[in-house]
Amino acid sequence: MGLRGDAAVVGIAELKHERKYTGPRKFTIEQWADLAHMALADAGLTIADVNGLICSDVRETGMFAPATVVEYLGRPVNFAERIDLGGASAIGMIWRAAAAIELGACDVVLCALPSLPIPSNPHPRTVDPRRYFGASSIEWGSPQAEFDVPYGNLAQNCGYAMIAQRYAAEHEYDSRAMAKLVAQQRVNGARNPNAAFFGQPVTEAEVLASKLIADPLRMLEIVMPVAGGGAVVVASREVAKRCRHRPAWVAGFGEHLTIKTPTYAADLLETPVGPASKQAFAMARVRPSDVDVAEIYDCYTITVLLTIEDAGFCGKGEGMRFIREHDLTIDGDFPLNTHGGQLGMGQAGLAGGMTQAVEAVRQIMGRAGDRQLERCDLAYVSGTGGVMSEQSALILQGE
Amino acid sequence: MDLSKPLPTPTPTSAPFWDGLNDGVVRLQRCNACGGWIFYPRSRCSHCLSDDIEWHEVSGAATLHTFTIARQPTAPQFADEVPQILAVVELEEGVRMTSTLVRVTEKAIEIGMQLEPYFDRVADGVTLLRFAPR
Repeated sequence: MGLRGDAAVVGIAELKHERKYTGPRKFTIEQWADLAHMALADAGLTIADVNGLICSDVRETGMFAPATVVEYLGRPVNFAERIDLGGASAIGMIWRAAAAIELGACDVVLCALPSLPIPSNPHPRTVDPRRYFGASSIEWGSPQAEFDVPYGNLAQNCGYAMIAQRYAAEHEYDSRAMAKLVAQQRVNGARNPNAAFFGQPVTEAEVLASKLIADPLRMLEIVMPVAGGGAVVVASREVAKRCRHRPAWVAGFGEHLTIKTPTYAADLLETPVGPASKQAFAMARVRPSDVDVAEIYDCYTITVLLTIEDAGFCGKGEGMRFIREHDLTIDGDFPLNTHGGQLGMGQAGLAGGMTQAVEAVRQIMGRAGDRQLERCDLAYVSGTGGVMSEQSALILQGE
Repeated sequence: MDLSKPLPTPTPTSAPFWDGLNDGVVRLQRCNACGGWIFYPRSRCSHCLSDDIEWHEVSGAATLHTFTIARQPTAPQFADEVPQILAVVELEEGVRMTSTLVRVTEKAIEIGMQLEPYFDRVADGVTLLRFAPR
């Protein structure tokens, strides 16, 4: 079962992530065109080569998002879809692209997640107070609207905090280890010119002294919203041969969805990335110990901790010790989030998950500059949507 | 801008639950086909998809499954409740629900602690189910 490994990421694009974006504002479709152009040029391809496309939300339209983008780019395709998997969208795009290519539906697929601010509307609508509820639905008939939102259990911070508290009750919770995780990712991020925290490392003490947001999570353990965007081009073996860089083959993937609100999870600590990773490793016929780099979705420190455990890098309940005992920096024995992760990059909406995929590809292509690992032939990448609601895993391989 | 708190709007399926809270009782659905308890209310069983489900009055006794203390409001509508003790509670029947804790000090909160229902009439005809130490 699974992919043959005959599709690869052949081109990447990534905007500089910025807390205060000062560049020109553009509509989602305009950003799509920019990212498509950048990623295709990076691969050594043109829009004429493209016959597949995967998007997520397009701000200019509620429905028919793929057709809107296809029309704007002026390039008809044989395969298009819209992904709605939050932070797991980037990986969801890449494996679906690879699957469509292996099925013969298409051979070059564009996947982009633009996340720069759009122009201010000269005819603004009145501000809807519901905007504060973010990804939490308050539509009538939505279980979340009826049973979670009225208590204030909405957005992300509190859900992740409650998972962390449960972890603390069942296992060992070490806030210093969590602070070390942040500090080491920020070491990596300080070396990444695309990162919002480029040149700005933090110490463990600074993490531990940062403001408590929702016990036990502190501000520096939580991603900072930024402007940004990223894209990849996925292509067939035939097309990859004429591309400019070493292809990053899509060797394995997994995806698993359980809940929307963690209150209803069968077990808060058995996260969906477990089954997703198991499938991805089995498909690629590799083990966690074979991996040269782990690019793990890091909206919060607790997400990384649970992913390290559930993906099989260590046993359940051993994550804190794993973090204490390993050097997680680029120069360390377990290079993790070599781009700084989203804790170092900042989180540009759905494009946050794309940073992990783009960095894994960069490392396999040997293009990570002074962050380049000596050897990188096998990368593990994870994605997380909602509050551990939907997670994905990807194995990328260099040949 | 209207920053009043979002209140639940019962549906035809869930109305018995909210009516129960207004009357000071906790009602849960149970599946006659598989025996499983169900929360939140559904039109079919969340264990086996049977539609042979029935409402039962339960004690509301619960334990604290997990919690957090929101030091920052989760939305401006909840600013007046900060620090707010958000919780996931597990009822005796095994179902879990979102709630907040009342009549408890931060220091006394412990995962696994015994809880009892606190019927909080927040608006005319709207009662939220909060929990207090038993």
